[in-house]
Amino acid sequence: MLDARDLAATRGDTTLFSGLGFSLAPGALLRVTGANGTGKTSLLRALCGLLMPSAGEVRWKGEDIRALREEYWGHLLYIGHANALKDDLTATENLAFACGIAGLPVPRERVHSALGRFGLAGRERLPVRALSQGQRRRAALARLAVSEAQPLWILDEPFAALDAAGVDLVQSLAGEHLARGGMVVLTTHQDARIKAPSVTDINLDR
Amino acid sequence: MLAVLRTVIHRDLLLALRRRADVATVLLFFVIVVSLFPLGIGPEPNLLRAIAPGVIWVAALLSCMLALARLFAADFADGTLEQMLVSPTPLGLIVAGKVAAHWLASGLPLVLIAPVLAIQFDLDQSLLGVLALSLLIGTPVLSLIGAIGAALTLGLRGGGVLLALLVLPLYVPVLIIGAGALDAAAAGQSAQPHFLLLAALLVLAAAFTPWAIAASLRISSE
Repeated sequence: MLDARDLAATRGDTTLFSGLGFSLAPGALLRVTGANGTGKTSLLRALCGLLMPSAGEVRWKGEDIRALREEYWGHLLYIGHANALKDDLTATENLAFACGIAGLPVPRERVHSALGRFGLAGRERLPVRALSQGQRRRAALARLAVSEAQPLWILDEPFAALDAAGVDLVQSLAGEHLARGGMVVLTTHQDARIKAPSVTDINLDR
Repeated sequence: MLAVLRTVIHRDLLLALRRRADVATVLLFFVIVVSLFPLGIGPEPNLLRAIAPGVIWVAALLSCMLALARLFAADFADGTLEQMLVSPTPLGLIVAGKVAAHWLASGLPLVLIAPVLAIQFDLDQSLLGVLALSLLIGTPVLSLIGAIGAALTLGLRGGGVLLALLVLPLYVPVLIIGAGALDAAAAGQSAQPHFLLLAALLVLAAAFTPWAIAASLRISSE
């Protein structure tokens, strides 16, 4: 479904990675590891079509994502290392907006139950400014609980700032997603214990 | 698709409502700049009447510029912009929603308060309507054109000054036609040709700038 061929990315004069290729089928988990500055985020952004790779291409169902554009993005859930939350809005409003622009009109009850699942019950009405760093990450990741419809999840450092229970929750949601035939790409520094039919590891350290 | 447009406008207006200080700064800037001229020039009604259209329009241009710097900056900093870039909805539509909300929060207040400020210049009462109407049609054009500059200078150091250098020259036609509407009306002619020209600019800008803004955003965020 998702194929990368001969991908390369550069930052300034340095080549971050080159000749990178892999192929993900339904149910496949791709773990990207590597030290800081080795290009994990660049790789993920290239897979999202946010960054033009300096060489190579990414294909979704055999077609270049640069040509598919909106059609590809309709199948994609991307959570970057920035939380994409507005400090002045509540967690509910933020999640509803994120789903709105992702083209998933999600009913209010589902938004509430997703936030509840991420331990934010009772805090839905607080502006995000009043939440802790970990709670903000949880508010951003609550999208996972309403995004079954998107087959491809690309998560940049999903476990950063999360406590052990949060990490378990994200891992189990990713496991469920893989079990129903989704695909997950994530970067992490920790050992992710996610049950997956097939696991691909990419290490960007040289 | 229209649901997405509504979602974006709703969120941006909600944000403007929660950060009223940002909206008030732009409005106060406009009020102060316009008020400085009568204070500096002194009570010379004929001179004030003559410069009123130009002064009010230039002040509106500068206030628009001031508000533009914030148009995409917050979304860029907190990652929301990336989410918009990977939305299955065409980016041009999302951007159109953002510009519409931006105009409602920062352009429309200028239109409403300008006739009140014009009294300081002893502008004839019959011209107040012409002033408001010219600003009503002209300020959305300013927001649309300015948003291209805001998108191009996103994430640059000293982007604010660069934005002014990029955008202010593009504002010249709107300024000439907008202020010209008042001059024509003051001379006893019909202001209609000016309004039609402004409306034509608005239609053109509304049709084409969202796609230019979208393309600029993609370049700036790579």
